Amino acid sequence: MDLIVIMKRTFDTEDRISIKNGLIDEEEAEFIINPYDEYAIEEAILLREKHGGEVKVVTVGDEEAEKELRTALAMGADKAVLIDTEDVDVELDHFSIAEILTSYLKTQDFDMILGGNLAIDDGSGQVAPRVARKLDINLVTTITKIEVEGDKVTIERDVEGDVETVETTLPVLVTCQQGLNEPRYPSLPGIMKAKKKPLETIDYDDLDLEEEDIQAKSKSVELYLPPERTAGRVLKGDMEEQAKELVELLKTKSKVL
Amino acid sequence: MDFSLNEDIQFLKRNIREFVKNEVDPFAMEIEEKDEIPHKIIAMSKEMGLFGLSIPEEYGGLGIGMVGKCALYEEVGKTHNGYTTLIGAHTGIGTVGIVDMGNEEQKKKYLPAMARGEKIGAFALTEPSAGSHATNLKTTAVRQGDKFILNGSKHYITNATVADVFTVMAITNPEKGAKGITSFIVEKDFPGFKVGAVEKKMGLKGSQSAELFFEDCEVPIENVLGEEGQGYVNALKILANGRAGLAARNLGSCQKLIDMSMEFVEERKQFNVPIIEHQAVAHMLAEMAMDTEALRSFTYRVAWMVDQGQKVIKEAAMLKLFGSEVYQRVADKAVQVHGGIGYISEYPIERYFRDARITRIYEGTSEIQKNIISGQLRKEYKK
Repeated sequence: MDLIVIMKRTFDTEDRISIKNGLIDEEEAEFIINPYDEYAIEEAILLREKHGGEVKVVTVGDEEAEKELRTALAMGADKAVLIDTEDVDVELDHFSIAEILTSYLKTQDFDMILGGNLAIDDGSGQVAPRVARKLDINLVTTITKIEVEGDKVTIERDVEGDVETVETTLPVLVTCQQGLNEPRYPSLPGIMKAKKKPLETIDYDDLDLEEEDIQAKSKSVELYLPPERTAGRVLKGDMEEQAKELVELLKTKSKVL
Repeated sequence: MDFSLNEDIQFLKRNIREFVKNEVDPFAMEIEEKDEIPHKIIAMSKEMGLFGLSIPEEYGGLGIGMVGKCALYEEVGKTHNGYTTLIGAHTGIGTVGIVDMGNEEQKKKYLPAMARGEKIGAFALTEPSAGSHATNLKTTAVRQGDKFILNGSKHYITNATVADVFTVMAITNPEKGAKGITSFIVEKDFPGFKVGAVEKKMGLKGSQSAELFFEDCEVPIENVLGEEGQGYVNALKILANGRAGLAARNLGSCQKLIDMSMEFVEERKQFNVPIIEHQAVAHMLAEMAMDTEALRSFTYRVAWMVDQGQKVIKEAAMLKLFGSEVYQRVADKAVQVHGGIGYISEYPIERYFRDARITRIYEGTSEIQKNIISGQLRKEYKK
């Protein structure tokens, strides 16, 4: 089974994040594989262990992303591909990334494409569904269990806390949700072997694309950090006064009533 | 001298740092209470290949040099020291005897399984009558046909309850003193071999040590490790080899104590200011950081010397001594900086303080290290 994982390198939201000149300060941030994409990599490896075949991990970015691709190889992926957009002069957004990925994937053989449900940086969850649509293949999002038998794929997906079972066929694109699996740590020998595995860099202009084809369709207007949490307020007085004031505040201040 | 680490080692280091932080640290209290490392942690460590840290690549290990090993031990040293010791004793004194002195057949037979963690290693020298006086062994090995018959006992043997393969020193020729000692590879299933009850200790919970008993224990002659009569020399070599790694583990613990202390002193307020703004507290942190930095430089210098193939008997003894004394000083100051909470068992500081204490005793006491250092000095100046 040929499995392709589309992966995003994101900053670690558990680490300190600061904004400089209206953008995330990349020098201050720690970068990681988007955690939902780790589920995708793990599931691809599990499917390969069961059904054989090959796992290829693809990302769009600059050479900094080689570190995350090496991590995926150390986890057990067979090949990695970096589509280098460092020299692109136009703004890129989810649409652009989906266009670039699709253009690459059209040239590849695959039975399944796996991605994360969303990326923890902007949380939009757009790229994978756009790619599926563009490739005109089946799409199942937020999967929590997957079984493959021949061409038949049985999937359990998370629908707002409930479970929906879906039957579909290969080729399919799935997006992975928390609970699907527990991603492995790269093994130490795996890390040593990762550097010998193929990591291919493709320039975006090697793909059949012009800059105007991938020009962003959306515009980022403003980027700001959530407001610092202020200290809570302790209500004073006897129970009745407190209850009265609380109801009043719920109506006027937080407007939940 | 270049102190930078190559990309592979940095990657390995990052991976171990994340692993111990996410998978071992949360279980520290459980390890303290049960005096046992949870099976899940051990299984995950095996999957990760941590047990093959010091085994050559051709036998399924990582095949990295001493500088690399120390960089990784530093990360392992940041978490619960019982876990650190389980890994450290296996990858250090538990396997290096076979790596360095084993013949090809022994290496092929034991090392791949030890690299995978399917077989865990331990080192058995110490006896009730032979602590610092290590040549005063009572355990004997008598040749009978194609076997040696071992009789006697060992104690304080780290990893005893979990180990499958023991490097055991025993007397084969009582008239020859230190030159009458031979080392053997003893498997836990050999007839006549028995492990005693877990010894209760002040610290290092989860790292289980116990007595070993040999009652007409049969060891095939092919399990003699190195030359007959070279057991004491082997033991000294194995211990010397482990010293840089032990210092690196202590270094990791010191760094962790500084990390926790720095967080605490910025948050904890007394006299209306964070306590780091009180000079008495700030200076303790300065001393902790300075001691730790000196240990870091010394550790990597000795590790580098090992990788260059230089003789490090004196330096390794100095480093073992210095590393354990620094750990003790840093742990003591960490308790002081934390005040009352540093003495409370629900908080990790007092655990490091207890765990630090053994490092001045095991794998050669501080006093024995001073004997080695001064002995080497005399040799140098006699030339």
